[in-house]
Amino acid sequence: MLIIKDLHASVEGKEILRGINLTINAGEVHAIMGPNGSGKSTLANVLAGNTNYEVTKGEVTFNGKDLLEMSADVRAKEGLFLSFQYPVEIPGVSMINFLKTAVNESRKYHQLKELSAGDFLKVMREKKELVQIDSQLTNRSVNEGFSGGEKKKNEIFQMAMLEPKLAILDETDSGLDIDALRIVANGVNLLKKPENATIVVTHYQRLLDYIVPDHVHVLYKGQIVKSAGKELVLELEEKGYDWIKKELGE
Amino acid sequence: MDNQNTLINEVTDRDYRFGFVSDIATDSIPKGLSEEVVRIISAKKEEPEFMLEFRLKAYRKWLTMKMPDWAQLTIPEIDYQDIIYYAAPRQQPKYESLDEVDPELLSTFAKLGIPLEEQKMLAGVAVDAVMDSVSVKTTFKENLAELGIIFCSFSEAVKHHPDLVQKYLGMVVPPNDNFYAALNCAVFSDGSFVYIPKGVRCPMELSTYFRINAKNTGQFERTLIIADSDSYVSYLEGCTAPMRDENQLHAAVVEIIALDRAEVKYSTVQNWYPGNKEGVGGIYNFVTKRGLCKGEYSKIYWNQVETGSAITWKYPSCILAGDNSVAEFNSVALTNNYQQADTGTKMIHLGKNTKSTIVSKGISAGHSSNSYRGLVRVAAKAENARNYSQCDSLLLGDHCGAHTFPYIEVGNQNSVVEHEATTSKIGEDQIFYCNQRGISTQDAIGMIVNGYAREVINKLPMEFAVEAQKLLQISLEGSVG
Ligand SMILES: Nc1ncnc2c1ncn2[C@@H]1O[C@H](COP(=O)(O)OP(=O)(O)OP(=O)(O)O)[C@@H](O)[C@H]1O
Ligand SMILES: [Mg+2]
Repeated sequence: MLIIKDLHASVEGKEILRGINLTINAGEVHAIMGPNGSGKSTLANVLAGNTNYEVTKGEVTFNGKDLLEMSADVRAKEGLFLSFQYPVEIPGVSMINFLKTAVNESRKYHQLKELSAGDFLKVMREKKELVQIDSQLTNRSVNEGFSGGEKKKNEIFQMAMLEPKLAILDETDSGLDIDALRIVANGVNLLKKPENATIVVTHYQRLLDYIVPDHVHVLYKGQIVKSAGKELVLELEEKGYDWIKKELGE
Repeated sequence: MDNQNTLINEVTDRDYRFGFVSDIATDSIPKGLSEEVVRIISAKKEEPEFMLEFRLKAYRKWLTMKMPDWAQLTIPEIDYQDIIYYAAPRQQPKYESLDEVDPELLSTFAKLGIPLEEQKMLAGVAVDAVMDSVSVKTTFKENLAELGIIFCSFSEAVKHHPDLVQKYLGMVVPPNDNFYAALNCAVFSDGSFVYIPKGVRCPMELSTYFRINAKNTGQFERTLIIADSDSYVSYLEGCTAPMRDENQLHAAVVEIIALDRAEVKYSTVQNWYPGNKEGVGGIYNFVTKRGLCKGEYSKIYWNQVETGSAITWKYPSCILAGDNSVAEFNSVALTNNYQQADTGTKMIHLGKNTKSTIVSKGISAGHSSNSYRGLVRVAAKAENARNYSQCDSLLLGDHCGAHTFPYIEVGNQNSVVEHEATTSKIGEDQIFYCNQRGISTQDAIGMIVNGYAREVINKLPMEFAVEAQKLLQISLEGSVG
């Protein structure tokens, strides 16, 4: 589904990603871990098409298409979703209007009929239940005045509405209370389909207890320095990153 | 009186000399402005003596005045002798079919979802008599007449209700008010007149669209709205379609008078031709709009969304004379490319316990310049007056300018005037967030800008609000990326 080859990217002239190689197949869950500032969010943003980041080298194919050729909105319509580490607020734009536009733009792209207001609200009600998000939130402006945890929940709600092929969850667990974490993880699992894939960026084992990864990667200084099965999570939780740095001869 | 007679004689003499008299029979007069021209306009319209006097007084005043130069605007020199001040109200259709009309204009019509027949009307294409919805308009007029509401062209009002016109014309915007107002008073061709009788609540929005003879009211439009005691009216001016006009200079005057406990809501959507992307062409919109809260507990609301015109000079204002009167100014002004706008409001508190609110949302894109200029004045005897002003500017890109000029004069101790101002740039992170959900940059900007303007748009009547939203979006097309 996603093939990343020797991806290099920089921001403001500073190289952050220094040769990423990663292959993700349909049906898989990949966890990406790594110390602060190692480039996890940068990778997520580069994949999503944030033009603040300049790709200097490498290739990315997404379902057989050249991902880097596409603008950010086309990538989204092709089925790539990013749950932001820091979702932004858009004052005055109602969640309903925002999501209705998003859903229908994607439907148009795939030559499907746009949803009527009634049908849209029906879908919205179903998905709201799935992630147990309060109507009080979905009736407000996009993320405006939401608490940190509410914003994260809202990201997963949007993911449920958009039904992406590849979801990248950037620290979706941070800021969530224990119950919310379970609800959100549960939602992610319910949305899982054999033809979809998920990348989970996280610092903690907690989330990965619920969303069990098939592969775990450690990103360090802009490179994937270790890949293994889910047992790596426990090892990291126990020992931190120092032993990996040592392995690298630092 | 003697004096006047000599003057008239003098002028009539000159008329002959310059051969103007024969021109009266034809449909337009030569370029240029003079006392004769003012007389001809009045004569062509068969106006009563008081109207001619009004015009002449204004004209003589205008001769002594200068174009205001205090606004944050660069106005190319205007040759006032190079303008035709009277043209026949009935014009031949410019085109035989829509195929002849500028395709760019048509694509904008399509985006706005304007019905085909209406598109023809706006673009100046011949419209079938059957399609002109005369019947709709007639029913509409009949309904109003039953309630005693007068809603007609200004010329009709002068003919059929001269007493009302004479009593109120110039009460709020006197001929000597400012350069453009004086010019308008001297030469205005037509406009709208509204009178709502005592205790009547006008059951529908009064829209210029429905007024018979609404077309071609010309570049010097005059509107007078009188709401008698305990009455209510909501008035809609303009339309979202991009109006093209050969006349570059527009100097309209709008006067509103609200008597005891009357309420007037005046909503404008203005989308005059703004010129092309390089800033060539476009309308100069120099408008004087003012409301007088004459009676106690009267209310006047100015709500506007302005996206058009090359240069805008406009300050819809209120004089809160009646005790406990209330006034609001809610405005969205958008400028793109090389447009310039210097707009705002004046709230003059004279009565006790008067309350005014100002919400101004400026949006600047391209190389445009967008200024808010507001005056809040509380007279010494206006005890317990309140004003709240909020002026926000939103910038798109690095080449545009936004300025805020708030003037506050408070003449007593127990009044409260609050002013808040913000300037923000449209966030790249907000646009990216929308992109990431599959929304294109163009749509994202439209959405974010509409969100920013929501507070004002929500004040507009429903059908206007929907159109205004589309308009904001379309006006920003091509402004980013
Ligand atoms: N817009 C930017 N301008 C300057 N530096 C940036 C920018 N974005 C990221 N960086 C830098 O790139 C590096 C990687 O940042 P990134 O956000 O990808 O790290 P991360 O692995 O997600 O960290 P965390 O675990 O704290 O979320 C950091 O050193 C960061 O300061
Ligand atoms: Mg991060």
